[in-house]
Amino acid sequence: MIRFFLKRLALTIPTFIALMFITFVMLRLVPGDPIEVRMGERGISPERLAQLRHEMGLDQPLWRQFLDYVYALLHGDFGTSIVSKSPVLHEFLTLFPATLELTITAMLFAVVLGVPAGVIAASRRGGVYDQTLMGLALTGYSMPIFWWGLILVLVMSNTLHLTPVSGRVDLIKFYYPSVTGFMLIDSVISGQKGAFMDAVRHLILPMIVLGTVPLAVIARMTRSSMLEVLEEDYVRTARAKGLSWTRVVGVHALRNALIPVVTVIGLQVGGLLAGAVLTETIFSWPGVGKWLIESINRRDYPALQGGIMLIATIVILVNLFIDMLYGLINPRIRHAK
Amino acid sequence: MPSDASLPATATAPAPPGPFRAFWRAFRENRGAVAGLAVVSFILFVAIFAPLLVPYSPVEQFRGFSKLPPFWVEGSNPKFILGTDAVGRDMLSRLMYGARVSLFIGLSVMVVSMVVGVALGLAAAFFGGFVDVIIIRVMDLIMAIPSLVLAILIIAIIGPNLTNTIVAVTIVGLPRYVRLVRASALTELTKDYVTAAKVSGVGKFRLMTVTVLPNCLAPLIVQAALGLSDAILEAAGLGFLGLGAQPPTPEWGSMLADTRDLMLSHPWVMAFPGIAILTTVLAINLMGDGLRDALDPRLRRS
Amino acid sequence: MKFKTLLGAALLASSMLAAGAANAKSLVYCSEGSPENFTPSINTTGTSFDAARPVYNRLVQFTPGTTQVEAALAESWTISDDGKTLTFKLRPGIKFHSGVNGFTPTRDLTAEDVIWSFDRQWKPDHPFAKVSGGSYDYFNDMSMPDLLESVAKGDDDLTVVIKLKKPNAPILANLAMDFATIHSAEYAKYLLDKGTPEQFDQIPVGTGSFQFVDYQKDAVIRFKAFDGWAGKPKIDDLIYAITPDATARYAKIKANECQVMIAPNPADLADMKANADVNLLEQAGLNIGYYALNAQKPPYDKVEVRRAIAMAIDRDAIISEVYQGAGQKAKNPIPPTMWSYDESTVDIPYDPVKAKEMLKAAGVEGLKTDIWWMPVQRPYNPNAKRMAEMIQADLAKVGIESTLVSYEWGEYRKRMQAAEHQTGMLGWTGDNGDPDNFLAVLLGCNSEGKPNGNNIPKWCNAEFQEVVNKAAEISDQAERAKLYKRAQEIVAAEVPWVNIAHSTVFEPIRKSVTGYKVSPLGSHEFQNVDITE
Repeated sequence: MIRFFLKRLALTIPTFIALMFITFVMLRLVPGDPIEVRMGERGISPERLAQLRHEMGLDQPLWRQFLDYVYALLHGDFGTSIVSKSPVLHEFLTLFPATLELTITAMLFAVVLGVPAGVIAASRRGGVYDQTLMGLALTGYSMPIFWWGLILVLVMSNTLHLTPVSGRVDLIKFYYPSVTGFMLIDSVISGQKGAFMDAVRHLILPMIVLGTVPLAVIARMTRSSMLEVLEEDYVRTARAKGLSWTRVVGVHALRNALIPVVTVIGLQVGGLLAGAVLTETIFSWPGVGKWLIESINRRDYPALQGGIMLIATIVILVNLFIDMLYGLINPRIRHAK
Repeated sequence: MPSDASLPATATAPAPPGPFRAFWRAFRENRGAVAGLAVVSFILFVAIFAPLLVPYSPVEQFRGFSKLPPFWVEGSNPKFILGTDAVGRDMLSRLMYGARVSLFIGLSVMVVSMVVGVALGLAAAFFGGFVDVIIIRVMDLIMAIPSLVLAILIIAIIGPNLTNTIVAVTIVGLPRYVRLVRASALTELTKDYVTAAKVSGVGKFRLMTVTVLPNCLAPLIVQAALGLSDAILEAAGLGFLGLGAQPPTPEWGSMLADTRDLMLSHPWVMAFPGIAILTTVLAINLMGDGLRDALDPRLRRS
Repeated sequence: MKFKTLLGAALLASSMLAAGAANAKSLVYCSEGSPENFTPSINTTGTSFDAARPVYNRLVQFTPGTTQVEAALAESWTISDDGKTLTFKLRPGIKFHSGVNGFTPTRDLTAEDVIWSFDRQWKPDHPFAKVSGGSYDYFNDMSMPDLLESVAKGDDDLTVVIKLKKPNAPILANLAMDFATIHSAEYAKYLLDKGTPEQFDQIPVGTGSFQFVDYQKDAVIRFKAFDGWAGKPKIDDLIYAITPDATARYAKIKANECQVMIAPNPADLADMKANADVNLLEQAGLNIGYYALNAQKPPYDKVEVRRAIAMAIDRDAIISEVYQGAGQKAKNPIPPTMWSYDESTVDIPYDPVKAKEMLKAAGVEGLKTDIWWMPVQRPYNPNAKRMAEMIQADLAKVGIESTLVSYEWGEYRKRMQAAEHQTGMLGWTGDNGDPDNFLAVLLGCNSEGKPNGNNIPKWCNAEFQEVVNKAAEISDQAERAKLYKRAQEIVAAEVPWVNIAHSTVFEPIRKSVTGYKVSPLGSHEFQNVDITE
């Protein structure tokens, strides 16, 4: 197991190197200048521009900038944001918990509703439940989530006043320190009455919007995987032995049916982060997705480079972890490699 | 963006006798798929004949008639069935032309992805070794960056317009095609008929295109259908962020973005482009599901 | 280290809650974005200035709601007869915030702090000159390095003497601008000793009415009341809720999640006016949004063509669809609230038929052009894309075919300044209320008759230049006004650009908020604001 893990880990190293190189090159190809972008209507004189570019090292030859960048990166230095002048890693770490909280809860939402929906649909194959649930799943899967988010805000917040409009916490009623960066946890630690429910109320719409597509995918995957397993001999045998339906489905079939679902969850992580970009934009959610988009608009090279590297690292590690998990559940894979 | 992960990628070729007829028989059984096909055909019809069908030009601005609601809402104008947008352009006409733009993007992305994906996937499967490693690593790289961020970066480099939207969406979607083709080709390569062909001296290029490729087609077709809907969604997302087709092109995503400021005061203007996207994508996905069930004999059983 | 700051914040928070839990008055301001950081001199955006303003003061300030300069940290000042020496008397006993970032001031504000604040931006060998990238854009833009001879201590610790190389009438107004913020030299030294000078720009310590408490990027900035030289403000907690989307900001106002907001959607104004909980404040903006025709590129070198195009554009429709009423049709390049505004200018009427005839008479047929539109929302133009689409449709009616062009904002401005466009839109927001700040900057040319960078129509006129130059050299305002009126007549005759609109600044506030004033300069201040339940 450990050898398998190390081998997989080693395989990611060339990917990282390529990633460093490609993000660096791509960002330098983007037209526009990080200094020019910051100026108002007034603009900037060519002399001052040259001086500032010199101070930021932007006038160095590209290979030199790349080597400096790699050198710094190897020392754990992700650079300093041109806009805010604070370290990229620090900015990332202050924003990432918000994204993480959103994506984890969205994933939980998707799994908690998606797996039972898939099981019910599979066990009532062709029936009304199956058709309704799968119709809903396909609709969710087809949803333009930016529009879905706007509609939900319009209905739930603006018309029915059930949820707050945006943000993560009621700023007037609650103020507690950010210990973990997860509002759900921090609100409990704070011990303030009602703080937790307040955090939930703020999280719920973004969570639903971001969780919609994974929910649909998981429900569909669980159903088809379940159908396959239900046809297997051992399930038939179990049924024939007179075991109750719940026991057969719940214990024997589900466990095996979930193997492909786990992979799907892993594959959804990349998609979730992309969806987070749109969701965070709609809900003014202070996460890394919105930050990356703003960094592109501001030509903040260090922030973008660092941000993309960190996100990509997480995606790669999650996939590695899923591979491991898959190996644990399904030993055949491990030996085949 | 949705992933294709709900697809079993190990379909085998359809049964030999009358493959198309067998396929159609299976497809017809699925009512949802037929409905999807009908809606897609309708949208396609509207898109193709938009110039003949629209009541007005999609870019003509009727001054003094802006932000009208659809006909069943109070304050509407019977001249504009679905109302008008922020500068008084007819909503219905824009939606119809928007179908053109969206389907054009979707189909272009699909065709280019198919061609490039098949080429790279087959190359990776056949040459193996260095070529394989390079192709797979590049695909991994693309997959490691969130698709929307990568697409935005690409557009930031090459500039926002319709063609570049297609390029960006194609690049971020490519890994799925490449991996699928590579995986199917690798499976086929172990089969006896390929060995037989090899022994009988069939050239490598011929082996790739004539012998192996047709047997990988079934999953590829299903992927293409799903890729079409994904491409439409991704392009609309880019349009929503202001990076898609440029004004005054009536693209559904950018129509939504342009009217975001009217969300509270004139929600109708925002409703229709979203419904159009949802309907189109849903119909294509219904059709795609039908395709998969029909082409995948394992699921066709029972 | 991170954990320590967290712990510090936690302790601070709990002490704060304990102290003011009973009947704390909180005001939430829905702002547009995250500040770049909290030092105005290294920033260029209004968002960043707004975020630092509660914490800091300047020697002099603009009276809230006006462009008048009044006393602030300096209680009085004198200007020598030759106009080259300014002597400022600081108020005695001005306290700095205590307890922010572990810093406790040991002394009140003195001349040393003033000198420190200017020297950082001015002297390359200053210990903080290079901290945070060291780009002091406004200081340089306002030509301070060319203007300043020295900033030094006067007879005592509370006297500052600023010597200029040449007399300059607007200097006092410049010193009221944000870049001239006065920092604590002692706090700077404290951080330098601690080895964390970069925190100076992230965790601000000043003399203002509010003391910095906490900042979470893209989410919230918290301040609490400080009983300083200007007196204790009426609210206890000032909170900036960072909400980039205008629709969401208004939805929050309606839900009482915030009480004051910046930059509403013009489309929501009607609803705001009708809302019983909301007061919609308005203030004529000190700005101009224009559509420039590049006079260096034919056929726009002909004044008849420029006039015909101005005639072809339905500006009333633009006012109603783009500004949605939050703007005033412009007939002069300077806003009507500015002194010397020429009321007698006859506006160009909308007349597409005549425009077509004039184009034909000028020999222009089958013209193809580009229309450049800004990729960003600006105070003088809430939706450039929509405006471009409307102008495109208007031009089509007189037989001009056009394509829309846009670039990323920095690139856009640079290319326009380099005259790559044929036609395009831009605008200007005044810095200090002087007509020179509009006419000379936006339509001026250098001594060789070449247009300045900010002259987007690339139009040069010898008489206009002479008039404007002369007006800048004399100090009698009535005399200057006459010259600027003449300049406006020339512009009206020559049509270098199509005047589109002067936008109106709207700010919705909850009815419970009192004492809030909209600033014509676009700033947001909360010193005198109160909130009732």
